[in-house]
Amino acid sequence: MLNDDILKPVKEIEEKWKLVPAFLKIKGLVKQHIDSFNYFINVEIKKIVDANNKVTCDADPLFYIKYTNVYVGMPDVDEGFNISKRTTPHECRLRDMTYSAPITVDIEYTRGNQRVSRTGLLIGKMPIMLRSSNCILSEKSEYELAKMNECPLDPGGYFIVKGQEKVILIQEQLSKNRMIVEESKYGIQCQVTSSTHEKKSRTFVFAKGGKYYLGHNMFTDAIPISIVFKAMGILSDQEICQLVGITDLRKFTPTLEECHVSKIYTQEAALRYLGSKLVAKRYVSSASKMKTPWDEARDLLATTVLAHVHVEEYNFRSKAVYMAHMLKRVIEAQLNKNALDDRDYYGNKRLELAGSLLSLMFEDVFKRFNWELKSIAEKTIPKIRATQFDVIKYMRSDLITNCLVFAISTGNWTIKRFRMERQGVTQVLSRLSYISALGMMTRVNSQFEKTRKVSGPRSLQASQWGMLCPSDTPEGEACGLVKNLALMTHITTEVDEYPLIRLANNTGVIDINTISGDFMNAPDVYVVFLNGCIIGVVKKYKRLIEWFRLMRRSGYISGYVSIYPNHLHRCVYISSDGGRLCRPYIIVQEGRPLVTKAHIHELEMGIRSFEDFLHDGLVEFLDVNEENDSFIACYESDITIQTTHLEIATFTLLGVCAGLVPYPHHNQSPRNTYQCAMGKQAMGTIGYNQRNRMDTLLYNLVYPQAPMVKSKTIELINFDKLPAGQNATVAVMSYSGYDIEDALIINKASVDRGFGRCLVYRNSKCILKRYANQTFDRIQGPLIDSATNKPMWKHDILDNDGIVSPGESVENRQVLINKSVPVLSSAPGGGSTSSVEYRDVPVCYKNTEPSYIEKVMVSTNEEDSGLIKILLRQTRRPEIGDKFSSRHGQKGVVGLVVEQEDMPFNEYGICPDIIMNPHGFPSRMTVGKLIELLAGKAGLVEGKFHYGTAFGGSKVQDVSEELLKHGFNYQGKDFFYSGITGEPLQAYIYSGPVYYQKLKHMVQDKMHARARGPRAVLTRQPTEGRSRDGGLRLGEMERDCLIGYGASMMLVERLMVSSDQCEVDVCNKCGRLGYCSWCNSCKSSVQVSTITMPYACKLLLTELQAMNITARLTLTHYCQ
Amino acid sequence: MDTINDEKPRVVLKEHKIIPNMPTRPTIFDDVFDIKVFKKKFSVVIVRYEHYEMEFDLIGIHPSLVNAFRRLILSDVPSMAIEKVHIYNNTTIIQDEVLAHRLGLIPLKADPRLFEYHTDEHADYMENDSLEFELKIKCTFNKELNNSSYDLYKNNNVYSKHIKWLPKGNQSKLLKGIDVGPIHDDILIAKMRPGHELDLKLIAVKSCGRDHAKFSPVATAFYRLLPDIRLVQKVEGEAAERLQKCFSPGVIEIEKNVDGKQVAKVKNARYDMSSRNVYRYDDLKDSVILSKVQDHFIFTVESVGAMASDVIFKEAVHILKNKCLSLLEELQN
Repeated sequence: MLNDDILKPVKEIEEKWKLVPAFLKIKGLVKQHIDSFNYFINVEIKKIVDANNKVTCDADPLFYIKYTNVYVGMPDVDEGFNISKRTTPHECRLRDMTYSAPITVDIEYTRGNQRVSRTGLLIGKMPIMLRSSNCILSEKSEYELAKMNECPLDPGGYFIVKGQEKVILIQEQLSKNRMIVEESKYGIQCQVTSSTHEKKSRTFVFAKGGKYYLGHNMFTDAIPISIVFKAMGILSDQEICQLVGITDLRKFTPTLEECHVSKIYTQEAALRYLGSKLVAKRYVSSASKMKTPWDEARDLLATTVLAHVHVEEYNFRSKAVYMAHMLKRVIEAQLNKNALDDRDYYGNKRLELAGSLLSLMFEDVFKRFNWELKSIAEKTIPKIRATQFDVIKYMRSDLITNCLVFAISTGNWTIKRFRMERQGVTQVLSRLSYISALGMMTRVNSQFEKTRKVSGPRSLQASQWGMLCPSDTPEGEACGLVKNLALMTHITTEVDEYPLIRLANNTGVIDINTISGDFMNAPDVYVVFLNGCIIGVVKKYKRLIEWFRLMRRSGYISGYVSIYPNHLHRCVYISSDGGRLCRPYIIVQEGRPLVTKAHIHELEMGIRSFEDFLHDGLVEFLDVNEENDSFIACYESDITIQTTHLEIATFTLLGVCAGLVPYPHHNQSPRNTYQCAMGKQAMGTIGYNQRNRMDTLLYNLVYPQAPMVKSKTIELINFDKLPAGQNATVAVMSYSGYDIEDALIINKASVDRGFGRCLVYRNSKCILKRYANQTFDRIQGPLIDSATNKPMWKHDILDNDGIVSPGESVENRQVLINKSVPVLSSAPGGGSTSSVEYRDVPVCYKNTEPSYIEKVMVSTNEEDSGLIKILLRQTRRPEIGDKFSSRHGQKGVVGLVVEQEDMPFNEYGICPDIIMNPHGFPSRMTVGKLIELLAGKAGLVEGKFHYGTAFGGSKVQDVSEELLKHGFNYQGKDFFYSGITGEPLQAYIYSGPVYYQKLKHMVQDKMHARARGPRAVLTRQPTEGRSRDGGLRLGEMERDCLIGYGASMMLVERLMVSSDQCEVDVCNKCGRLGYCSWCNSCKSSVQVSTITMPYACKLLLTELQAMNITARLTLTHYCQ
Repeated sequence: MDTINDEKPRVVLKEHKIIPNMPTRPTIFDDVFDIKVFKKKFSVVIVRYEHYEMEFDLIGIHPSLVNAFRRLILSDVPSMAIEKVHIYNNTTIIQDEVLAHRLGLIPLKADPRLFEYHTDEHADYMENDSLEFELKIKCTFNKELNNSSYDLYKNNNVYSKHIKWLPKGNQSKLLKGIDVGPIHDDILIAKMRPGHELDLKLIAVKSCGRDHAKFSPVATAFYRLLPDIRLVQKVEGEAAERLQKCFSPGVIEIEKNVDGKQVAKVKNARYDMSSRNVYRYDDLKDSVILSKVQDHFIFTVESVGAMASDVIFKEAVHILKNKCLSLLEELQN
């Protein structure tokens, strides 16, 4: 009976993908940023303050400050006079402020002999992540968000610093506190990067010349490992061998011999040996002076070498066991190359999120803050003063504020105590389109150098499956280093270890300190690791794993704890640290998925949420390592009796950007990658609040449309509500010759009717400052031309207040703000303000095409200076050279705009909007685009949206059937007539709607030509670049061509006459340069003649002369 | 076997290509154009004439000529459309240019033949070359909010019906009886919220589709060739039903023959839309020949509404005539 049941194929759980939206409601996408930040401001910050809670001072033993608590409040702005009010993110964006909340502490300190306690003391301001628990947007309804000018679909997860939206990118790193065995210069080595709150260090155990050594940058040399064991108090060689589990003693004898050679038999001798190998400290503090090298070595051994293994009271046993394990791994790897670890394996990686990066920064600056308080106390207390020393007066909030703001706004992450310096940790949130913003939130940045030519870190790793998007990576130098999260990836936050240790001990894990090395290395005994530290050994490892998983599924321990065995290492690893990648799976037991139709039905009705699935043990999170210990079926039909888990939805293995592509599984894979890059450049809508924004650059489509062929991902991320593109009717055929090389032909009537029409917004801003000498910047009304009694042309559009009025059209070089600044701003003194001289510094419009003024904002910024922002708008219709792209990496520029009458038309009278050349298909193999067209067409006739979801979507068969039903050709090919001759075309034309994106690259922003124009001051050569109206450079390679061709006069013309020709006087007698036909060194004008040369040459000669080097010219007549 | 031998010029629709068919006699494609012969052979049949839409057949005419008419209708027959928008106030969220663009696309009820082209850009708009409209609307909260109406706002949707005609000079007399204004009342122009206001003056001028698609008098004008379907084999039973489904409805008829078997018969090939779905079935592939008669055009004009479809076509013919005349004149000089 039971057997029969198992043999039956598992029925498909329909609509089980509905778990994905349920998941995305609570986790995933940008939620990990928010979760991590929430953990930081609610939990971690308290831990940090607690760890550094006491400040004492050497000058006064009674003096102390003790932090008892710390809070992060809600974001506010300082309105002056110590009044602050709640602020909204949008206000900060508009007024160029920082969206930050006060960090307040409760302290207890001594003032003289009194003990004083204070609560709610401001120590700094913390930039607040949008939609985090302390953001005012959290848990607000759509209506409330709209009231605050915020888009309900905006994901949050970024900061607003000085008006700019900044994202702290996810940083990928090798995991901390884990052993990595790999090949190095000398041979096999085992490396551990230990990281604790105080220390960060790297320890190696490696083999060299048949001996084993320990390496650490604290020691000048590699230390024979046997000596280290002795220094740790493992004195007998037998015990060492037992701990390591040596099977072949011959291999280890040379290492053991080292001790005897150096005559080290006691711990003291070993420590003394280590003391002699210590790296000399650069500065010696008074405290460490007292210590002997012996003591110091012991201290370092306890705190710095393998810093993450705790040593209490100098009981080195656990550290010795750890080191023995490292050594064992090295020896194993020497025998068996399979035991080497893979650096690129995703189980060995951790992702650092905003929260953990900020906590590093905060801890550093908080320590500095305390150190500064301490040094102030040390300086001030000994002085005899009238008032008592009150440390509160010296607690300034700007140190912490400025440091955090500076770090986020520049992206320079400098952590002094770890000597860490990283650039580009933050980036400005790209608001080109909704997708570009969302895509940025899921971006993972690798720490790997971009210049190195190693393929390993760049190539797609099998363990990335389901965690990172296989398609979404940039091309070029950052290829494979910058990645994107898949749809259902979650990044864990730290979970407390203590309950896990207790659970482990209760399920048969024997403490490491209570067992001998012999037992540890017994064949059926597995070593148990928790977050990289050995907690003990276990005999029945299977039971341990089962217990842990059971406890996790029933919710007794956190769902993000992972446990998995490694049979090669004979270890069980338990991880509860932050930064692991994990994703949810449906649990399968005895060949049956636990999630049933009934559950999904409950989910649809809204009486069951994703948390309930987790809580009921139907779904669980697996991290990369545990995933490798599981047997996961993609579909129900793949389930066998061994299967442990079932995929929720296959399309979730792609990320946000790749999710836009319809039928990506039919495309050649690089095409999907190209689309991932282009989707970010497509213009459309960026948010419901786009009209309230005043960004430096913003592109909008006038009539954006939701795509005819959607995908599940599109709906999940609300791309259909904030689309970027239009459904164009495309005919795949050749037309004229203007469609070669992917150029598109577009219909002028479509353009007239609004196809591809876009709005470009730009802003212009100006700050009105006040100066120390009571002067300030001012703006004045327009200058009136005395002859006509009207404002002069430049000021024609100004209002009476000197700022342009909204709705006006501005042309090149017209004034937007008629600002003037006082000439003397720095000189203080009694000068009366009435007689201040002003200098005009108008804000002008600079663009050959005119713009309209959308709106003007007059406000003040954080420093209380006046701030005026002007939003300029341009409406552009597509023109030749504008770039368009479909969703399949098929980009092209407009090659020709054709009148409707010349366009081909079909039996129904339909004219295409776009004609695309069929040559784009064979080599690109974008079959997905062909299917999109077919499905789109069927969707049109049927009046519904088709799905092109990855690994699913509407089938071609069904779509064809639908077309057939409505009397269309089942292949999507229609009978067309030429619009020019009026006769039928000889071929049937594949035509239908394809979603086209207008990309931000438009000719109007790029076209450039110059005949004459500005020159650089120093070299007198034409300036560079379009923005400076620069010349087009005849480069080195072009020059080479001309030389090769022998066109010498052409060369002279290009490189000298048209560039920096200059006439100089040269004295024929002395060969130096003269001027005005006069040689100043010969004091004569007899032999001076005028020649033409590039000014750059003349400059070289004079500069050489200035350095006391004379270059002499010898002239001969060119006819001779 | 797969060719049709008769005197008509045809194209044959093969599975993957379209090939010309050899007619047995010279056709208009071979003859030199002769007006007498043309007059004799040419005929027009009006098939359908609805409110804005018209379908008629042009028989015995060269495609270039029919195409010329189509092209002229699309881009040379003039019509009136809003060209200039004076914005006195626009506090809605819609941008001035976008609003102007939307207004321009609204079809207007005005006979372009009564107007002249406004040629000089700097000249004032006169009564003989322009129409003036006004759009003044303000959105407010609905104060009489009661149970019967759930509208929270008043005038929150601006429709084309809100556009008011301002007669210029004696336009009111001249255009009496004609209700000048937008053809459709329910074209949504903008959405507003309380406090938003529009105050616009709109000026419509006469121009042609080449200038901008909004001046085109038709939604579209197109033609297709008369289809001809021939069954060369007997198709019976289930195959007959399948065959019927391969064509547009009404094209294939199923008859019962004397044996009581169902036999497919071509009833009316005219409305076949060349879907060629027969080629999907290998057994039916060879039993039909799909072709189109090359000198029989089914012309459709979908007027936007300002002028009747037939008038538009006649205008096109008129324009072609004028063009020919001016060409002849040029040639003579």
